[in-house]
Amino acid sequence: MNFEFSDEQELLREQARGFLADNCPPAVVRAVLDGESDHDAELWRKVAEMGWTATVIPEEFGGLGLSYLELVVIAEELGRAVAPIPFSSSVYLATEAVLALGSTQQKEKWLPLLATGEAIGTFALAEGNGRPSAKSLKTKMSGAGLSGRKLPVPDGRAADFAIVVGSSDSGDGASMYLVELDQVGVSRKAVRTLDFSRGHAVIDLKDAQAELLGGEGVGWSALEKLMDRAAVLFAWEQVGLADAALEQARDYAMGRYAFGRAIASYQAIKHKLAGMYVKNTLARSNGYYGAWALDSDSSELALAAATARVGAIQASVHAAEENVQTHGGMGFTWEFDCQFYYRRAKLLSVNIGSEGYWQDRLITAMEQNNAA
Amino acid sequence: MDFNDNQEEAAFRTEAAAWLKANVPSVDELNGLDDIAASKLWQKRKYDAGWACIRWDKEFGGRGATAIEQVIWNQEEGKYDLPGGVFSIGQGMAAPTMMTWAAEEHHKRFLPKLASGEEIWCQLFSEPAGGSDLAALRTKAERDGDDWVVNGQKIWTSGAHYSDYGIIVVRTDPNVAKHKGLSYFFLDMKSPGVEIKPIRQLTGGANFNEVYFTDVRIPDSQRLGEVGQGWQVALTTLMNERASIGGGSSAVNVDMAYRIANEVMIDDKPAIEDGAVRAKLANWYVQESGLRFTGYRSMTAISRGEIPGPENSIGKLVGAPKNQEMASFCMDLLEMSGAIWDDEMSKEAGIIQMNYMGAPGLRIAGGTDEIMANIIAERVLGMPQEPRMDKGMPFSEVPTGSN
Repeated sequence: MNFEFSDEQELLREQARGFLADNCPPAVVRAVLDGESDHDAELWRKVAEMGWTATVIPEEFGGLGLSYLELVVIAEELGRAVAPIPFSSSVYLATEAVLALGSTQQKEKWLPLLATGEAIGTFALAEGNGRPSAKSLKTKMSGAGLSGRKLPVPDGRAADFAIVVGSSDSGDGASMYLVELDQVGVSRKAVRTLDFSRGHAVIDLKDAQAELLGGEGVGWSALEKLMDRAAVLFAWEQVGLADAALEQARDYAMGRYAFGRAIASYQAIKHKLAGMYVKNTLARSNGYYGAWALDSDSSELALAAATARVGAIQASVHAAEENVQTHGGMGFTWEFDCQFYYRRAKLLSVNIGSEGYWQDRLITAMEQNNAA
Repeated sequence: MDFNDNQEEAAFRTEAAAWLKANVPSVDELNGLDDIAASKLWQKRKYDAGWACIRWDKEFGGRGATAIEQVIWNQEEGKYDLPGGVFSIGQGMAAPTMMTWAAEEHHKRFLPKLASGEEIWCQLFSEPAGGSDLAALRTKAERDGDDWVVNGQKIWTSGAHYSDYGIIVVRTDPNVAKHKGLSYFFLDMKSPGVEIKPIRQLTGGANFNEVYFTDVRIPDSQRLGEVGQGWQVALTTLMNERASIGGGSSAVNVDMAYRIANEVMIDDKPAIEDGAVRAKLANWYVQESGLRFTGYRSMTAISRGEIPGPENSIGKLVGAPKNQEMASFCMDLLEMSGAIWDDEMSKEAGIIQMNYMGAPGLRIAGGTDEIMANIIAERVLGMPQEPRMDKGMPFSEVPTGSN
């Protein structure tokens, strides 16, 4: 039994945590939250310099060729730091899409740029309210190009290209397209979300030039596979965030006195925090399962990913919410940093499909395993 | 990161599995034996072949195995449905306490018979006035020559009626602070003055007892630790209790609920197609899976020769309420017939109803949900204890509800 990270991976974690403590303290998150920019471009440049954007990209495409275990370690640390950069969009989604579905030409063009962080990619699925399906998609390719409205698109203004899921008349009813966003057929506008530290956009496509990514009419099944991979990586960001929120709550409760003693000595507070710890621990252990399945390309990935994702959503949202409550009135102020976790946890929990969507995917994976 | 044994572990697993395959008693062998006789048969067979209490030193009847080998053995033995629960308190709690605190001659006299299953032990800690606040116990022992004379009452004693020996904590000095006036002994359960009365639980069963002590004499040579050091000795026992109770695995689990949800209908469709049913099953799967992989992480630590972190303390806190919620939910899936508790007529032979009825006890035994949450908050998160009204106060002056 060896169900732990290696010493090298633990060393990487230490380095990542130190780097983010220096380069992504709360003031950096707050600057993006308070400011007009969609992300911290300077932090993005430094993160890319560290090679984090290149982690799993093979060396032949300018990457480091490391494993997903290294990537989840980085994801956890970025989650802890609530980093205001388009890492999840570009690395967990766009890079994964090009790696999984791209032609040699597409890989040669984009992977080296993604590795160095010169190019930022994103993923455009949603078209407004409700859970998308192949049938519900209105974005469509015609002879003139790709047209439709994608809303919201995380990091949609920062990105150089987007992987767009559109409707198809063949196969499973959907196709994926790679669309460069700096072109006449594309217009982008900022969309305000509850997390001001991560930019989002509405993207209107009107006869936009788009290349098919993967085959025609295989977009929906490709999307689900891609989502499974991204779910594990998102889960580790959420696990990192959940632990940071718990630690903040604990530290505050130890220092805050009421009725002559630290509020951390009241069972009402202790049980609240013990509840956070339980959810966080289950989420972390399920995260290990997901990381193992992703890294070993296991046939259990669909089940492991959904399990990791559901656990991580529950832990992170709960920890972020109860962290605010533990702080009392001060937690509700703009001045305190509790809001970072509160905003980001909810954003991440809907970013690639809600708790309900992933609960359903989990049972579907169980049904498929039982049928097999 | 992988699930595989290393080379030595794999070799050990093969050896253990082969021995089990050849030696597990057949249904015929156990036929007609009660639980105790069946347990003793299996335990003796393991003992004779060197597979009993494998972590213990060979001189005490063990195998001198490593912690990871114990885990592997438990996994392999767990693949069979075998008797043996009657030994868990003696082997899991009394024995480690004896090893730490008892004299050499007691080791030689008692440990091999604990390992072989020849003698069964029980634990006499809880009292009507000492549950979560165990140190508030009142059963008193007074010195008389080479003996101590014990008077009082214990409660929730599993297996007292079939035990040969018991470990007991008593108050030897009521005029010092609560934790300082306790002493720890072991005693012969057949001693004159020991009276055992079964407690009928809300399930209708009777797995526990009240044990009354009237002028029961225990030789001073059976004291573990110094006079007044009983609390410290008890902590050795309790640490092993939490390790042995664990939690998480239950007959009522996601597999069972999934099976039922595929068979019963909601609005003329299999219940498994219902969104609310799917969401609940998914949540419980997350808990089961989370506990399983938390266990794997602990096992990894053990495999590396480290002591597992505090993560494992969540097993009971998650597992016990989950067992209750899932049993309740499975009955809901059955709708009106969910109330039927009958081995023949109930779905799953009444296991669901039995688990529901037993669940409140699991949430109390070995530390209530609230005590488990306190342990996590204090030992894992480092949060301070609640202030105690009785701190430093002589036990005889501590306020109680009855005076």
